[in-house]
Amino acid sequence: MTPTRFLLLGVGALAAATASAGAPAKASQAQIKRGEYIVNMMGCVDCHTPWKMGPKGPEPDTSLHLSGHPAMMKMPPAPQLGMPWMAAASATMTAWSGPWGVSYTANLTPDPETGLGKWTEQMFLDAIRTGRHMGKGRPILPPMPQPAMKNATDADLKAIFAYLRSIKPIVNKVPEPIEPAAAAH
Amino acid sequence: MSLKPAALALPLLALLLGAGAAQVGGPGAAPGAVTAPGRGGAGPQLPARLTQTGLYQAGDLSRIAPALQSFSPQYPLWSDGAAKTRWILIPLGRKIDARDTDAWAFPVGTKLWKEFTFQGRKVETRFIWHPNASTWVFASYAWREDQSDADLVPEAGKPAAAELAPGKWHDIPSVTDCRACHVNGGPPVLGFTALQLSTDRDPNAPHAEPLRPGMLTLASLDAMGLLAPPRPDLVASPPRIPAEKPLTRAALGYFTTNCGTCHRATAQGSTLGAVDLAFNHLAAAASPREEPGWATTVGRVGKYTLPGEAPGGTHRVVPGDPERSALLYRMASRRPASQMPPLGTVLADEAALALMRKWIAEETR
Ligand code: HEC
Repeated sequence: MTPTRFLLLGVGALAAATASAGAPAKASQAQIKRGEYIVNMMGCVDCHTPWKMGPKGPEPDTSLHLSGHPAMMKMPPAPQLGMPWMAAASATMTAWSGPWGVSYTANLTPDPETGLGKWTEQMFLDAIRTGRHMGKGRPILPPMPQPAMKNATDADLKAIFAYLRSIKPIVNKVPEPIEPAAAAH
Repeated sequence: MSLKPAALALPLLALLLGAGAAQVGGPGAAPGAVTAPGRGGAGPQLPARLTQTGLYQAGDLSRIAPALQSFSPQYPLWSDGAAKTRWILIPLGRKIDARDTDAWAFPVGTKLWKEFTFQGRKVETRFIWHPNASTWVFASYAWREDQSDADLVPEAGKPAAAELAPGKWHDIPSVTDCRACHVNGGPPVLGFTALQLSTDRDPNAPHAEPLRPGMLTLASLDAMGLLAPPRPDLVASPPRIPAEKPLTRAALGYFTTNCGTCHRATAQGSTLGAVDLAFNHLAAAASPREEPGWATTVGRVGKYTLPGEAPGGTHRVVPGDPERSALLYRMASRRPASQMPPLGTVLADEAALALMRKWIAEETR
């Protein structure tokens, strides 16, 4: 058993003990920290925070932390690639084009209308486990690493969600994905 | 290894509840049946084999248990052309609470089965069970190669259970997928409703199966005293989609099954104006335009944009213009970004597409 697991065990017991009090338990702070650690380590920022050109080269725009593909960006049509090139990304790293069409990274901030504000923890778990939009809709498109993330423990997914709940809400209505041009009839 | 307090407590709890569940099992549910682990933690345990669920008499596949009734909803769900057979068990002496015509409530002990056959071979039998007042259990049993019995499918489902067309496979759904449609604010039982069992059956419903002798209808349910309170009104004036025109009737009926379980409105409280998109039939609707499937689609802008149109410029249904209607486009699609419904089907429903095309062209102006 790793030290982290041991910590979690203690945290879980604490959460259970204080659940009836109704107040957000201290445990959630530890949970948020754990979530932040996972989000940083898993590179969620690479795709879900738009990148900009900084003094030392490209860097994530921290003022738009995890707010997804900027809605105001006007995107020209995606480039046509020849095999073996298959996918292309925007300079922001938030718009992706490939055989699935064009996908835009989601707004993961707690904004109720444009982010995850109205999501429940269960929806988040269902989405990651099933690979379906909000746990029950269309398949979640590449390059979202859902096939890897679905292997996380419930505790880790709940920690990620707790962290995403704690960050600054940003209003940004990410566009719907676009189908591959050839598929449309 | 992940060792949390809950991980230790749950199997214990499941054991305790499982013991209780054996008592409420219907006829034929083998007591002490081998249980399957890992179905959402605590909860009544499911038998490992279909023949232990109470569907068959003494495990004999040629004899359905006598306490069961078969039924056939007038607007069946499109399941890629599967032939489907359905049975329900209402435990002896219990009744369906039929006060709300739009949302019947089923008694504890209710079980339902739906058998899926593709190209003459049984592939899966889905099972719904209401073992106690607070629990609904959803499961599927995958038929064995030799068709001798079917085995409980793991919670994650069973992808590629049968090939329907080259490269197109039928997936047995995961429990989360079951819940996506069945636990959605409405009754967990979807195909057994006043409209679906009406004796005023729609002759133009796509893929409707003939009503065979002995199948339950509103009339037989009422005659058997299975509705509480008795609903002679549903027999005297059977529920129907309130449309004189046959295409509109069939289209709105198709919607209620195939779209309305996820996109739902309720008659109480909120007016339709507050509901963005809904397709379920409401008993209170007195004309086609009052049905959610019309009111929230015809002439209404949706969030989906058709290729080549300006964002926010696509209507769900453009009166008289099927090709510019997002509804038809998405029904025809089996691509991830646009397919509707997004689960439970990999082949477009050509008969329904033909119906919708004609309905939009001729009867939505
Ligand atoms: C390689 C790029 C990439 C990485 C890394 C990435 N995502 Fe995503 N994510 C996407 C894209 C693209 C979408 C939009 C997919 C779509 O529209 O179907 C998305 C969508 C989502 C969604 C919305 C799912 C839904 O139901 O529609 C969530 C939640 C999410 N990501 C969380 C995360 C988290 C948490 C991490 C880090 C652990 C992460 N993502 C890492 C690309 C990425």
